[in-house]
Amino acid sequence: MTRLRSPSLGGQAPQRSRSYDGQAPQRSPSYGGRALLALAIAACGWALVSAQAPAARTTPQPIRPAPDPASTDIKVVRVQGNVYMLASRAGNVAVQIGADGVLLVDTGTAPMAEKLFAAIRTLSNKPIHTIINTHLHADHTGGNQALVKLGAGGPQPPRVMGHENTYNRMVDAAIEANANTPAASLPRNTYYTPTRDFYLNGEGIVLHHAARAHTDGDTLVHFRGSDVVATGDIFSPNLYPVIDVANGGTVNGTIAALNKVLEITIPAKYQEGGTYVVPGHGRVCDEADVVEYRDMVTIVRDRIADLARKGLTLEQVKAARPTRDYDGDYGATTGFWTTDMFVEAVYRTINAK
Amino acid sequence: MRVRVVLAITAAAALCSAGSANAQVDFTGQWAPLYHEDTIERIPGPELGDYTGLPLSDAGRMRADSWDADRISVVQEYQCRPHSADYSLRGLAPMRIWAEYDPATQRIIAFHTHIGAYENKRTIYLDGRPHPDEYAPHTFQGFSTGVWEGNMLTVTTTHLKENYLRRNGVPRSSKATFTEHWVMHGGYLTITHVVYDPVMLTEPLVRSQTWFLDPGQRAGLFPCEYLPEVPAEAGTVPHYLPGTNPWLREFADWYGLPFEATRGGAETLYPEYRAKLGAYKPKDKCERFCNCTGFGDCLSPTGGR
Repeated sequence: MTRLRSPSLGGQAPQRSRSYDGQAPQRSPSYGGRALLALAIAACGWALVSAQAPAARTTPQPIRPAPDPASTDIKVVRVQGNVYMLASRAGNVAVQIGADGVLLVDTGTAPMAEKLFAAIRTLSNKPIHTIINTHLHADHTGGNQALVKLGAGGPQPPRVMGHENTYNRMVDAAIEANANTPAASLPRNTYYTPTRDFYLNGEGIVLHHAARAHTDGDTLVHFRGSDVVATGDIFSPNLYPVIDVANGGTVNGTIAALNKVLEITIPAKYQEGGTYVVPGHGRVCDEADVVEYRDMVTIVRDRIADLARKGLTLEQVKAARPTRDYDGDYGATTGFWTTDMFVEAVYRTINAK
Repeated sequence: MRVRVVLAITAAAALCSAGSANAQVDFTGQWAPLYHEDTIERIPGPELGDYTGLPLSDAGRMRADSWDADRISVVQEYQCRPHSADYSLRGLAPMRIWAEYDPATQRIIAFHTHIGAYENKRTIYLDGRPHPDEYAPHTFQGFSTGVWEGNMLTVTTTHLKENYLRRNGVPRSSKATFTEHWVMHGGYLTITHVVYDPVMLTEPLVRSQTWFLDPGQRAGLFPCEYLPEVPAEAGTVPHYLPGTNPWLREFADWYGLPFEATRGGAETLYPEYRAKLGAYKPKDKCERFCNCTGFGDCLSPTGGR
């Protein structure tokens, strides 16, 4: 069942969701009101939200890696049980296979869709049954449309799932871009509750909503039988967490989401193996890797909070280099997500819950 | 008669050349660790703030300074975290080694090791296989391959999880690799290992450990269960904010060392550094771990013989 509207928006299904099918969506009045309010706030010069926060609600700037010529080289990695990871420089796609069909967690970028499908076909010749989008960014949703088409063949077209906030933000982005976005490219099968579950290919699958983490619509996917968690961009072992403030991300939500991953994972003997983790980008991990990462984000958050409490400005905080002992592991001075951008995102959302 | 002599010489030459080509040493056996080298660091364990002998980068020093020992209790996931392959050589390290032979060639294709602490198990592949790619999981023991250099086995290990260079919070990153050189002299095995860590070190860290052959040794089990030990809010990560760790000078004070010399760094490793210490005067009398040479006499700072 497709959820169409969250209770916070009044409990009524917005018409645009039902009628939206291949046409540029119409923004609902409530969103227009929100944008005006946000513009008013921005005009007042509220420093912490300037150019990034509610005003950007209708003008999200999706954070995604720059196109990489090598990004379509796909490596098939067996994770555990029924789950595989299709890895590339553009990001990871988790694949669950079985008698019921293929389930994908994310779909990579649009240009890599055909190669991705070829890689899926090395694992299974079944139709694609379900696609779950962990969040809205184009390096995780860009292949939706093509893979829905390529993977068809079952009694129903592949369903595309995601948190309601992800759906809404993708619609908003399409409106903003005035794009003629096909319905198949959107996660119209949504949920708004803290979790949602279903059974496929012989195992229970639980979707956990991570509120205000990487974005405000992140989904963690737990394959209970295979004992694998796919995290989307909440966790990438070689990169500071990408906190997309414009799309509702916060540092405290990111930490809460990492703690949720630790709650789900159970290590085997001596803190190794057991539950495996498919990150948004990078190698296959387990709980021990997530612990190091959670600790890093927590420690950096605490340092920046301490500096902010002492009255340092953002520029002063950056100059203090509160991340310098972690930069060699996770930092970058160039690219789509630099250390400075991370520090700024933490600083701006330090008090957000 | 002459024919017999020629045949004997030929056979001897063939045996010698075969031995040379194989150049394999079987390290199989029960090996008991000797702790005389770097005693206090290994047994009973390093003092807080002791970074001596480590070519630490600024990042490594800052991370070590922020480390709070409460973390290994409060953060449940650390309670059973094992020593990594590089540090494991220096821990409580009774080691069993066994070889795996290729039945067709009778050549050793792998060594397996089991170390008492955390029951750490490693495989060192000698069959020429490549290391995994960048998407393979990292593990505490990493992925190891070995090659023979004469009678010395040289091992390269990659795909390590983050761990520590010293168990007082000095970190070792997951980007590190290390090389080992295994040499046997009679009943002694010496492993010299070199850690390359582009994040935490400014130059390679070289350390060595020695074991003696002890056929009667039995490395036992290492039971470990994690559980909440300290009431703390979920997600608590004990650490010190920069400049607030009160324990960093303790080691320098106890041993009468210049504080800056305890902070590590490549410069402090070399003899020329003595000139920088100026009027440094060591304590007249040893006051701490004075007779500590091994497991039995290092259990308290004032104990021993």
